[in-house]
Amino acid sequence: MEIADTPFDFFTVANLTRIGNLSAGTLAELLSGLELCSDASIFYHTFQTLSSHHFLTEGFSNDFAQWVLADANRDALAEQLAAFDIRDYTSIAALRADLCRAVREYTEQHPEFAHQQALERFYFCESVDVTLPFGMQARTLDEFHSGVKRLSHAAFYFHFISSRLRLHLGTNDFSYWLANSLGLKTLADNINRIDIYTNTLDSARAKLLRLVERERRKHEPSAVREPHPAD
Amino acid sequence: MSPVQFASRIPLTDYAGVIGEGEIEELRALAKPLAGRTVEMVNSTAVGGGVAEILNRLVPLGEELGLKIRWEVMTGGEDFFEVTKSFHNALHGEPYHSDPHHFEIFRSYNEQNQKRIPLDAEFVVIHDPQPAGLIQARKDGKNHWIWRCHIDLSHPNRAVWNFLEAFVSQFEGAIFSSPQFARQLPIPQYLFHPAIDPLSEKNRELEPEFILEVLARYSIDPLRPILTQISRFDRLKDPVGVIRAYRIVRRYFDCQLVLAGGSASDDPEGVEVLREVKGEAEGDPDIKVLELPAWAPLEVNALQRASTIVIQKSLREGFGLTVSEALWKKKPVVASEVGGIPTQVIHKHTGLLSHSVEGTAYQIRFLLSHPEIAARLGEQGHQHVKENFLITNNLKRYLALFLALDQMAKN
Repeated sequence: MEIADTPFDFFTVANLTRIGNLSAGTLAELLSGLELCSDASIFYHTFQTLSSHHFLTEGFSNDFAQWVLADANRDALAEQLAAFDIRDYTSIAALRADLCRAVREYTEQHPEFAHQQALERFYFCESVDVTLPFGMQARTLDEFHSGVKRLSHAAFYFHFISSRLRLHLGTNDFSYWLANSLGLKTLADNINRIDIYTNTLDSARAKLLRLVERERRKHEPSAVREPHPAD
Repeated sequence: MSPVQFASRIPLTDYAGVIGEGEIEELRALAKPLAGRTVEMVNSTAVGGGVAEILNRLVPLGEELGLKIRWEVMTGGEDFFEVTKSFHNALHGEPYHSDPHHFEIFRSYNEQNQKRIPLDAEFVVIHDPQPAGLIQARKDGKNHWIWRCHIDLSHPNRAVWNFLEAFVSQFEGAIFSSPQFARQLPIPQYLFHPAIDPLSEKNRELEPEFILEVLARYSIDPLRPILTQISRFDRLKDPVGVIRAYRIVRRYFDCQLVLAGGSASDDPEGVEVLREVKGEAEGDPDIKVLELPAWAPLEVNALQRASTIVIQKSLREGFGLTVSEALWKKKPVVASEVGGIPTQVIHKHTGLLSHSVEGTAYQIRFLLSHPEIAARLGEQGHQHVKENFLITNNLKRYLALFLALDQMAKN
């Protein structure tokens, strides 16, 4: 079995939520909040919220879309906001620009809704992440498999989803390491294709582990060697 | 003054069956750099109320993770608690006649307690307004002081809040249960959701025989749909509104209604509300108005587990942890969009929200007609609580906060 020169270091993460000073009661205020809020706030309401609502695999995408749907009652805009897939973004700036564009265009096309009061206000919060080593390393596929199995939801999410922002690449920590340290590019690509919007974190992890197990089987010597006729 | 002693402890490993080994390992990893660090939790009561309930679990778990954590309770005379009760109501927006003598009593008891309680831990967490004045004992930059506010400060009485704000602004940070409960403050504000303990008597799994025994005790038919609201008899919980919603549902479904709450005998308004509720329910044997003993966690647990739908039709609400209790038991919930309820009930995902008697009735009828949707909401509600509103999440947030405060101090 291949042994990587560079080990995979498993981390764990705890997220604190900081309450910001911005809030919105209308779509116009939401737009201005989206323009002004911190990057940590955009992260919290998109990347972070998907982690804490990962078990909702139908119709939940991010806090902005949910508020526009449930409180501002604007289904069409909610649908647009929900359609943004955070895996397409390797920078918060690009995600913010797209969110702002969607709200701006909608309020320009429907100025009558721009200042309509929502049922409840939207409060901008932001994420403060505390990351620490989990105390585990992997150099082989076996060690990688048992490490992933032991991770908490937050740690799995940290490596699988939020890592895209850290790497500034369209991939995740797991796939990056598998491709670059173990040379398993196909496995890395297959893992990167697991859909987090239609899977829970548990089912995404189960799929990832199955892919790794399949790869391991390819490298195993046959469990029972057929006796050679000459033996 | 001695720290609170704990009668029973649930080891952290017992929670592995609920949240998984990975989450327990993560708690241990987060606590490792904090091993041996001192933490002090201070509130104003050792028994009764949500704060004491949370600290009773949180402190032993923190201890098990290697923190030197203790829980101190401030003392005060009747005059102090009368003043703080009036402050509590005023901070919730109720009328208050400003009296300088009240502020003097508050200051005086806080000063007395500063001398009694050590307040020398590296992390001091002060719970709620009563002990907020203890911040005066803080020595410049020596340790981290955090104020944990469990109440809704969205519409406070100006005089009381101005008085309190002078203390709160001296802390290093404040924690609120919901963003809408927070105030504009010059210090960082954090969001910590209140939490339930999945292994407590109120939430743990029960034997089906026990549930049936409780239903029999209160003459509730287990074979017909049961709608339940668990809450004290308080107008803000709108028990009469619940009965009106039930009467609409009854036109379409043969169901029963259970309104269960703690004893109202020590609350003059509660007695009056209970009388109104009984009056409204009169003549309908399918409405059970149950005045439970002050602490009947197993009965509450059984009633929630036996319910077809759980209702929380509050007109105003703090966080409303009874909603999380019901969701944890995989019950479909119909609740008002007030206070912290929408954080727990994500409309059409983990329950249904309503805004009126008619709306509540409609959502109940919808769920009774679509049991498969009700089951899905209940299942997703359970996952939502597991991910966000368990005592272990609360513990994790405290660990993250202490680590973050440490990092900020180093930077």
